[in-house]
Amino acid sequence: MTTTPAPAATREALGPALVRLQQNGADIVVVDADLGKSTSARTFRDAYPERFFTFGVAEQNMISAAGGLSTMGHVVVASTFAVFAEHAFDQLRMSVAQPKLNVKIVASHGGVSTGEDGASAQSVEDYALFSSLVNFTVCVPADVVEAEAMVAAAVATPGPWYIRTGRPKIPVIYTDGPRFQVGKADMLRDGTDVTIVACGLLVERSLRAAEALERSGISARVLNMGTIRPLDVEALTAAARDTGAIVVAEEHLTHSGLGAMCAQAIAASTQPVPMEFVGVQNRYGESATWDEVLEIMGLTAEGVEAAVRKVVARKR
Amino acid sequence: MVAGAGTDLRALTKRVRRHVVEMVYGAQSGHIGGSMSSTEILAVLYGRIMRHDPQRPDWPERDRFVMSKGHCTPVQYATLAENGYFPVEELSTFRKKGSRLQGHSVLGKPQGVENSAGALGMGLSFGLGIRLGMRLNNIDAHVYVLMGDGEQDEGQVWEAAMAAAHHNVDRLVAIIDRNGIQNDDFTRETMRTEPLDEKYRAFGWEVRAGIDGHDLDAVEAALAWARDVRGKPALVIFDTVKGKGVSFMENNPGFHGAAPNAEQFARAMEELA
Ligand SMILES: Cc1ncc(C[n+]2csc(CCOP(=O)(O)OP(=O)(O)O)c2C)c(N)n1
Ligand SMILES: [Mg+2]
Repeated sequence: MTTTPAPAATREALGPALVRLQQNGADIVVVDADLGKSTSARTFRDAYPERFFTFGVAEQNMISAAGGLSTMGHVVVASTFAVFAEHAFDQLRMSVAQPKLNVKIVASHGGVSTGEDGASAQSVEDYALFSSLVNFTVCVPADVVEAEAMVAAAVATPGPWYIRTGRPKIPVIYTDGPRFQVGKADMLRDGTDVTIVACGLLVERSLRAAEALERSGISARVLNMGTIRPLDVEALTAAARDTGAIVVAEEHLTHSGLGAMCAQAIAASTQPVPMEFVGVQNRYGESATWDEVLEIMGLTAEGVEAAVRKVVARKR
Repeated sequence: MVAGAGTDLRALTKRVRRHVVEMVYGAQSGHIGGSMSSTEILAVLYGRIMRHDPQRPDWPERDRFVMSKGHCTPVQYATLAENGYFPVEELSTFRKKGSRLQGHSVLGKPQGVENSAGALGMGLSFGLGIRLGMRLNNIDAHVYVLMGDGEQDEGQVWEAAMAAAHHNVDRLVAIIDRNGIQNDDFTRETMRTEPLDEKYRAFGWEVRAGIDGHDLDAVEAALAWARDVRGKPALVIFDTVKGKGVSFMENNPGFHGAAPNAEQFARAMEELA
């Protein structure tokens, strides 16, 4: 008999994963901007202090220095909060993306589920910003198990990566171990009437929505789109062909995130289908507990369910 | 005109510290340490130095207070409430659903909050912009910008320092709350920024440093000096204690952004009685 693992925050994966990878022969250097306690990057400092550099509250300096460090052959992991990674956008563009350097941005406190801190700390645009950077691989883990697998994949794969992790403790989905493959959607549940494409903490919420829909006779496929870039166009095309309707659910602005990127792929495919978008609607966040903020934004199982009913109605 | 010129600031700072602890305990999140180190600075600004009127928060000739370390909203809201900008009772809504009192400063929420912050390093530039606009409009009001010492790590602070001196901006008063601690650790362990006073002087600022930020008379004298500097921007660096007023929070990096539990809350309120 297996016991359900306790909920965990995806941000908790980083430090321990980096220590393990370093022990197993990786050549990792971590740079930090005065948030190492919250991102768990400090765990790596405790094990490998000579491989850890703090830059203080100075993200732009940290990112360009990370680019330089990586040219000496190290895998450089830069950690801060998602909003403060955005702080260094041009540095990301010129010191990392354009020269295609081996820098991994693992940014925690992504999305609106940062909660009480309010708008300034809630990243609603990071998928858009990082996906706009050519050469970047952009990933969002659905749980702590997948987060660890993503960090390992990033360290093993040359080139710039962005991994967004989250602050709150969320349920573990991959109780039997990770299934992450870069660039591949993971079908967590098959269905015939609609496909829900989700990432991050919306994956578990979408699974719950699919269960509720099942009870009222709607059969939903659920794809965990853990890689936002490069997008798994094949899985999307198959979803359109097999189910005829798509809902995209994400903790991000709808007009510029995973939904917009999926819509572009579907529009360019041979079989465009109706789509609906669950996400942050053209606004910034606000203070409340993390699950209250998600509720305010409609990022709930019920929100996904409503979008599914809408898109299924549009099929006829 | 200075609102509340007759208030007993010693008593006011005591009330503000109690509000700060109550707010963060009530929200179970928020920043006590940097709020307690800035308590006297804000009390003196609003009570003795700034030209402002809580009845007319949109008065164009008012002095502006720019909170650059936007995580220190507890002390900002408590000071505004104690000065009559909104009811003290509203402080209990801090960081809660539907409240105007957001976790980090948001311009206009409530009126009296002059900038949006929470990303460190931007306030001095924002205040510089306000002051340049005032100068264009022939308004002789002042802009006071409060920054943290950890915040000095941000390059933008130094871009603003350079630009303010270049444009000969006066009536721009920068204030550094030098409590020696930032998010993860002591400031000296994280990034050596000293000597801050010599650096700002080299950038073209008038500077006073080494002032006890918890001595109300010393704070008032230093801020009055800065207010009257002409021809250059002025900076006051206050030496403070992070978490001042609660023994187990004082100088403790653990209380930068952590909320007290029930037992710690009770002890803190006892010490602040
Ligand atoms: C651009 C940016 N990066 C990181 C943070 C996270 N952060 C919040 S408070 C803080 C430390 C601030 O220390 P200091 O300026 O000394 O403030 P105080 O001690 O007065 O609280 C950090 C790094 C931030 N708010 N903004
Ligand atoms: Mg400090």
